[in-house]
Amino acid sequence: MELGNLQRGYIDYISALFHEGFLDNQFTQLQQLQDESNPEFVLEVATLFFDDSEKLLNELSRTLDQQVVDFKKVDAHVHQLKGSSSSIGAQRVKNVCIAFRDICEETDTAGCFRCLQQVKQEFYLVKSKLETLFRLERQILAAGGSIPIMW
Amino acid sequence: MSSPARGSRGFGAGGEPAAIHVLAVDDSSVDRAVIAGLLRSSKYRVTAVDSGKKALELLGMQEPNVNMIITDYWMPEMTGYELLKRVKESSKLREIPVVIMSSENVPNRINRCLEEGAEDFLLKPVRPSDVSRLSSWIR
Repeated sequence: MELGNLQRGYIDYISALFHEGFLDNQFTQLQQLQDESNPEFVLEVATLFFDDSEKLLNELSRTLDQQVVDFKKVDAHVHQLKGSSSSIGAQRVKNVCIAFRDICEETDTAGCFRCLQQVKQEFYLVKSKLETLFRLERQILAAGGSIPIMW
Repeated sequence: MSSPARGSRGFGAGGEPAAIHVLAVDDSSVDRAVIAGLLRSSKYRVTAVDSGKKALELLGMQEPNVNMIITDYWMPEMTGYELLKRVKESSKLREIPVVIMSSENVPNRINRCLEEGAEDFLLKPVRPSDVSRLSSWIR
């Protein structure tokens, strides 16, 4: 595929991600930090986010599966997930976490399960979209072009 | 007689001032990477650790040469506030400026930290404009 098309496709794709609320301005801030001395910065942070979140989601499942649910623990995990999603600009994940913490405070187990499903869904969605985004970037670079940045 | 680990900068081999060394403390791997990236893009030299305990170990070395500490507030085992207190209680370390980061805007917490000697309190997610504020605290 010709470079111009690839770059236009990329701009369309990432614009939609912002438009649909998957990503917010924090993601743009991270992209702006990427340069020759740090060419893979966003990918590195995203990879840490993916690994960290999978662990947290597993922990959350485990904690909610206990006979007696330790809501403090649930809250602590959600707080962590909220923090990291906020730091990378994964807006929809962050927003579910905010709601999740409120449900937690009400010690509503069924509500927490629902939130967990929702946050898993949002996480896997944004993960898949970011992976597609990074793939598009690789294609552009392989075609000898540079990645358009949305300022 | 050991000299206090002030925020004094050494000089490089060519006589140019050595990069400012910031010690970043955060238990979140994502936040550590983000704060390190932000600081490095402003040309600071960064050492990032995941706990107050590790921070104190590094600071306890003969020549830590740390010009600023930036720490998350909420960490297991030792909070950023507790780390701040330990630094300010130490005659060797107390001159090092400490900045606290937190994802939560809790006025009591902010005041406590500032009263204990923190130079500044940053709300997460930290952005480039926050990092440019830091230069005013470097001695």
